[in-house]
Amino acid sequence: MELLDSLAQGFAVALTLENLGLALLGCFLGTIIGALPGLGPSNGVAILIPLAFTLGLPATPALILLTSVYYGCMYGGRISSILLNIPGDEPALMTTLDGYPLAKQGRAGEALALSGLASFVGSFFATIGVALFAPLLVKVALLFGPAEYFALFTLAFATLGGVSSKNQAKSAMAAALGLGIAMIGIDGSTGVYRFTFGNIHLLDGIDFLVAIVGLFAISEVFLFMEHKGAESAIGTRLDRITIPLATLKRTLGAMARGTGIGFIAGVLPGAGASLGSFVAYTIEKRTSDRQGTFGKGDVRGLAAPEAGNNASAGGALIPMLSLGVPGSGTTAVLLAMLLTLNITPGPLLFQRNPDVVWGLIAALFIANVMLLLMNIPLVGLFARVLQVPARILMPAVAMVSFVGIYGISGSTFELLLMIAFGVGGYVLRKLDVPLVPVILGILLGNQMEDNLRRALSISNGDWGILWGSPLAIGLWSFAVVGFVAPMIVGRMLRPRVPAAETADPD
Amino acid sequence: MIRSDRILGAVGLILGVAFIWGATLIETGFIVDALGPKSFPIIIGSVLVLGSGYVLVRPDPEPAWPALAGVLEILGAIVVLIGYALALEPVGFVISTAVAASLLSWRLGSSPLGGVLCGIGISVGIYVIFHLVLGLSLARGPLGF
Repeated sequence: MELLDSLAQGFAVALTLENLGLALLGCFLGTIIGALPGLGPSNGVAILIPLAFTLGLPATPALILLTSVYYGCMYGGRISSILLNIPGDEPALMTTLDGYPLAKQGRAGEALALSGLASFVGSFFATIGVALFAPLLVKVALLFGPAEYFALFTLAFATLGGVSSKNQAKSAMAAALGLGIAMIGIDGSTGVYRFTFGNIHLLDGIDFLVAIVGLFAISEVFLFMEHKGAESAIGTRLDRITIPLATLKRTLGAMARGTGIGFIAGVLPGAGASLGSFVAYTIEKRTSDRQGTFGKGDVRGLAAPEAGNNASAGGALIPMLSLGVPGSGTTAVLLAMLLTLNITPGPLLFQRNPDVVWGLIAALFIANVMLLLMNIPLVGLFARVLQVPARILMPAVAMVSFVGIYGISGSTFELLLMIAFGVGGYVLRKLDVPLVPVILGILLGNQMEDNLRRALSISNGDWGILWGSPLAIGLWSFAVVGFVAPMIVGRMLRPRVPAAETADPD
Repeated sequence: MIRSDRILGAVGLILGVAFIWGATLIETGFIVDALGPKSFPIIIGSVLVLGSGYVLVRPDPEPAWPALAGVLEILGAIVVLIGYALALEPVGFVISTAVAASLLSWRLGSSPLGGVLCGIGISVGIYVIFHLVLGLSLARGPLGF
């Protein structure tokens, strides 16, 4: 009952004209961003955050806009996977396997419609999951003291590193780099300067939005400079965009399994949508592929990963909202936005700002319906957007990034810093050093240190407090398993990313 | 040929050691908590040293670096972006953006004329949408736009 009350309140927040308009805009932009190869949810949302601020949007509308973009990207990614065999973003990688063969058989319209529906099923049930489980996780979060939070942050880094890179040492380097950057500036508890090198611009620390836009958006421009000339063109003509009833019946099981698996993968810290769609596809193949039709245009091989990646996008919001620990790259970016708005996720968010949480959840339900409508009847429109060549798209991306960062800072120094992050991000991506731990480190570094110092203040400097409760011990063991297990079974679990750096960490 | 990862490892190692050294130099004030402001940076530096050390000793296969032409393209793009950042305030948004976007578009494969048109389109487009419609403040040059 309490749940229904909260939801009703949420709908009251979301159903204003302004918020509906923002959700619609977000869905539209998100689908485009997701569909364009090279732009995915994390860099798309990263570019839009500074803009949302400079426009002076309050917390709830800003969050509605950006999560609609996030959900929209998950829908949009499939369009270029199916039509061009190029994943629009990393989670859409598995969609190419059966989606493109279907398009080649002349069933592109059917494939787009079916995958749109699968996306809807995945995100709809995942959003219900957020409404049900986020408040439960909040109750668990109330048991967390500083020591447990410190362990939880470590856990996030350990599991994130495990899935985002082939090399755990590089994930550790990435996390340390991010945490190190977070240390720059005035120390919050004692007021001393750290690593500022006497530069006044560094006293406040480095704004994580500058780092995020540089690492995700500007580095993308450099990658395009490198392989320029990869023009896109759609060869397949779109036929009727409908789903035959027989296809629908055959794929219901696949969608249900994909949704369940994707959701769980999303909730686990660090796993994210790429893993969700990968595991959903693999398991679907094991259960249903009796005639060896997977990979040749099997509708179930299309429905499962599409439901999976959308479900994990929803699932990843749960740890972000209730613990403040993001489950994926994009939720890390969304967390950056909340922190900038002075909203700290966690139990207090649910108590003090229930309008933000429930307004967001209600908006996601609404956005989902909008996305379903946009992505089945209007999919032809988005397919045409794919014809925008990189030589127009990429300069626009770079310029909009500058506008956003200049808008929030008004300073040339921050722009130069953003370019530096862009160059650094490019080099790190080439060297297969994952960027998400860097971002997470910059975001969580100060909180992580605060919790460690608070814990040790409570215990008068005894480090034993860090593993002083069963909960903390559980988190530490999970962290160790999360870090070590991928080294052993890693090759089985990790999505295989093709040689081209479609390294958008969902 | 030295593997890229060995360079990465060496750079990370130096950075890590420098970070730890820098942390020991932090001057503490009157307010002191149990852990102090130095310990966490030292832990971070140690993680960086360990990770870099491993990469230095066991490098991954070489990544596909662009050929010289590609490197020059990227360096060129970096110069354009830095020039753009520096020119934004003195020159104003519309002109500097049009020039920077034209150059980038040209280097990404537009014809020179196409690049200029694209640059003007992007610049004016952003100005209209973000400044005139949405009311965002962009850099104002001496000409007021």
